[in-house]
Amino acid sequence: MESIYLTIVLAPLAAAAIAGLLGSKIGRAGAHSVTILGVAISFALSLYVLWGLAFGDAEPYNGNVYEWAKIGNVTIAVGFLIDNLTALMMVVVTSVSLAVHVYTIGYMHDDPGYQRFFSYISLFTFSMLMLVMSNNLMQLFFGWEAVGLVSYLLIGFWFKRPSAVFANLKAFLVNRVGDFGFLLGIATLLYFAGSLDYAEIFAQAERIQGETINLWGATAVSALTVACICLFVGAMGKSAQVPLHVWLPDSMEGPTPISALIHAATMVTAGIFMVARMSPLFELSEAALAFVIVIGATTAFFMGLLGLVQQDIKRVVAYSTLSQLGYMTVALGASAYAASIFHLMTHAFFKALLFLAAGSVIIAMHHEQDIRKMGGLRKYLPITYWTFVIGTLALIGFPGFSGFFSKDALIEAVHASSLPGSGYAYWCVLLGVFVTALYSFRLLFVVFHGEERMDHHTKEHLHETPAVVTGPLIALAVPSVIVGWLTIEPILFGGFFEGAIFVRPEHDVLGEVGAEFHGPGAFVAHALTHSVTVYLAAAGALVAWFLYLKRPEIPGQLLERAGALYRLLANKYYFDWINENVIARATRAVGTGLWRVGDQLLIDGLIVNGSARAVGAIASAARRVQSGYLYHYAFAMVIALAALIGWFALRG
Amino acid sequence: MVTTVLFYAFAAILLVAALGVITARNPVHSVLFLVFAFLQSAVLWLLLEAEFLAITLVVVYVGAVMVLFLFVVMMLNINVEELRSGFTRYLPLGIGVALVVVIEIANVIWFRSEGQAFVTPTPHAADYSNTKELGGVLYTEHVFALEIAAMLLLLAIVAAITLTMRTRHRPGLKVQDVPAQVAVRAEDRIRVVKVGPVKE
Amino acid sequence: MTVTIAHYLVLAAILFSIAVAGIFINRKNMLLLLMCIELMLLAVNFNFIAFSRMLGDTLGQIFVFFILTVAAAEAAIGLAILVVLFRNRRSINVDALDSLKG
Repeated sequence: MESIYLTIVLAPLAAAAIAGLLGSKIGRAGAHSVTILGVAISFALSLYVLWGLAFGDAEPYNGNVYEWAKIGNVTIAVGFLIDNLTALMMVVVTSVSLAVHVYTIGYMHDDPGYQRFFSYISLFTFSMLMLVMSNNLMQLFFGWEAVGLVSYLLIGFWFKRPSAVFANLKAFLVNRVGDFGFLLGIATLLYFAGSLDYAEIFAQAERIQGETINLWGATAVSALTVACICLFVGAMGKSAQVPLHVWLPDSMEGPTPISALIHAATMVTAGIFMVARMSPLFELSEAALAFVIVIGATTAFFMGLLGLVQQDIKRVVAYSTLSQLGYMTVALGASAYAASIFHLMTHAFFKALLFLAAGSVIIAMHHEQDIRKMGGLRKYLPITYWTFVIGTLALIGFPGFSGFFSKDALIEAVHASSLPGSGYAYWCVLLGVFVTALYSFRLLFVVFHGEERMDHHTKEHLHETPAVVTGPLIALAVPSVIVGWLTIEPILFGGFFEGAIFVRPEHDVLGEVGAEFHGPGAFVAHALTHSVTVYLAAAGALVAWFLYLKRPEIPGQLLERAGALYRLLANKYYFDWINENVIARATRAVGTGLWRVGDQLLIDGLIVNGSARAVGAIASAARRVQSGYLYHYAFAMVIALAALIGWFALRG
Repeated sequence: MVTTVLFYAFAAILLVAALGVITARNPVHSVLFLVFAFLQSAVLWLLLEAEFLAITLVVVYVGAVMVLFLFVVMMLNINVEELRSGFTRYLPLGIGVALVVVIEIANVIWFRSEGQAFVTPTPHAADYSNTKELGGVLYTEHVFALEIAAMLLLLAIVAAITLTMRTRHRPGLKVQDVPAQVAVRAEDRIRVVKVGPVKE
Repeated sequence: MTVTIAHYLVLAAILFSIAVAGIFINRKNMLLLLMCIELMLLAVNFNFIAFSRMLGDTLGQIFVFFILTVAAAEAAIGLAILVVLFRNRRSINVDALDSLKG
């Protein structure tokens, strides 16, 4: 099995190397063939591994394949931990990645950086697989940074656009903040557990819980809580949680396939995956869980609101992604890790679908992304339209679609949770359902229905996108519809993650939800009769229909009435402004201060030049002593002699 | 009693002579005062029964070194007035330092003798020979030091000559070139010429 | 009132101090400086001989012997330097000798 795991990881890496280094030799077709082949191998083998674990009799694998370094008692190894959680993530990553690879052939058709792009996305697949398959924190961190690097490269793929360069720098910097926390978390665990290996750390979780760290003087905090919160800060960066979310909307400067692959389906879920993987640690710290749930709930609701005012088709979807990531985080905080991963999986499919469909629209519109210049595209892009509808229905949780199962189970789990902050979170996610439906249908109606607002030239050339684009759409639409129905029972209530995810009995909210679960059909029926979520979503859709199709003049009037609120939303709660003007400016001020005072004045001025000046000053004073006159020296000798005799004479 | 009178008399003359050395306007007078001071010292050393050194001081110092001084002073045409300018400028400091030194040494002698009385030992017998005793030690125990001192004097002779000797290279001045004379060979000096017979 | 060794020591001290004062007041005349050094050495010799007498040890006198030797050598070389100096600068004014000035 070990060779299979290695092949899964290394196939995309080899493909990336070939496409990247030999790109000019193998040409465009060679580049996309080799990378698609690499990812296809990974996908097929991942499916095989998942099949073996889920239906066959394969045992979870945990072992090191290579010992990289040994420092004292700490071994830094490259190893794999393959259990149901990992296998599921592998399938999600490789399947979405495969779809995106195929789609890219169409989307990037005219781009001069064709081979480079394929190399990057293949490299990304490798990084993400390293991240999810790792059995130790160091390799996790490697994958973590590697996806960050590829993300940086891809956001700035069109490096001639200043906005793209700005966006990738922003993503990189914001992620550094999170990564710093993540690194602190790893260091804390290493310090207290003496190991980087998951299994060894988990075995000592109870003991670490008992250890304390003194923060702010005498306030003793459990080391485990500190470690978990630090790790979650890393997850906040990577999974774009408030307040480290600011990079994700800007990352839409990258090509759309990347938005789909990295910024919707896979990389941003790395944080979710990491927390789920660390569940044995998070379970022991209620403080950390409460922190997670509050951050997640805030992201879920308030970022969803921002989706209402965006005019860029990709940014609407991006804010939807933020909101959905918030949902996943809320589920993590409520100890419903399985629900979180389940939502991660369904979201990966339908959000990739939405992004690729949006990309299809963008291709058709000749790279126009402003929804105010679209409208009535339904009849020009039928396949895109219907797949977009499927994605939207899945996103808002239309009964029977994949998103419905994951989101509804998640909300139920939050409802059942009794952790601090879960009440706030419940209201946030509940209102979030309404908001989600509202902005999703707003996007759908504005883009595909209503009057046609594009210019004449574009309209003439408007036609359905090629098969390499629509193929992946259809391929992703299928799981977006059915995957929830098929997998909710085993994943959420069938003990699928037994051994991979650890939940303490008193936190087992999914168990409570599962007690009332009698098959997916009954779940739908229960939701229709006992829950408000479906009706909230329907209300959102209706409001969207009313505002944007029936009476399109109302939104404009609303904006005039609620100017302050609109400005708040349009400026994204002023996060960027605060970052720019408060945090960055303060940091620059501190840096300038340190430079002026610490570096120029103290180090350069006082220590380096100061010592030189002191030597000069002493020397120029001492120079006077060297008058060159013989009698001065003689005087000095004689007076010193007198002093010496005096000292001898008067000494006690 | 006689020695006391002699001591005070010669000590007084010595100090006067020493003061004369440092205050005389004419350097020649200074040298002569110094000679005078040395002579008084020799007498005082005789009182201390260091007959050999007393004689040496007179013969070597007064006879050779001081004559050398006198010779140099007279040879050099020294502008005394220039050298004496600012004579009194450092006088207070000089006197001050001198007084301090005197007071300190006297203090050491009177108060820090740690019980040792500076009494004069009994004089030696009449047949005691200071020269013999010094010679007995000097040529046995301190023979190496003596040899080194001899080398030092030789060195001083060579150094003084090397420093002061100057070769005159005026054009047209005929000088001996000793190395060239030594290195000369017969072929360089004699040319054998074959002369044929001359017919008358 | 007999003469003790202490008398000689004090005499030597006064002699030494006169030499010191001589160095101060004749600071410009190098020839006088050399003479003052001779005076100082004389004072030192007084001490040696006095202690030699007091302790009955001839070593002090041996020292004086060598001091005389060294002083003679020093005087010879010092005067030679003086002559060269005078020949080069037409003066023995110490004030003019400040090429060591830092």
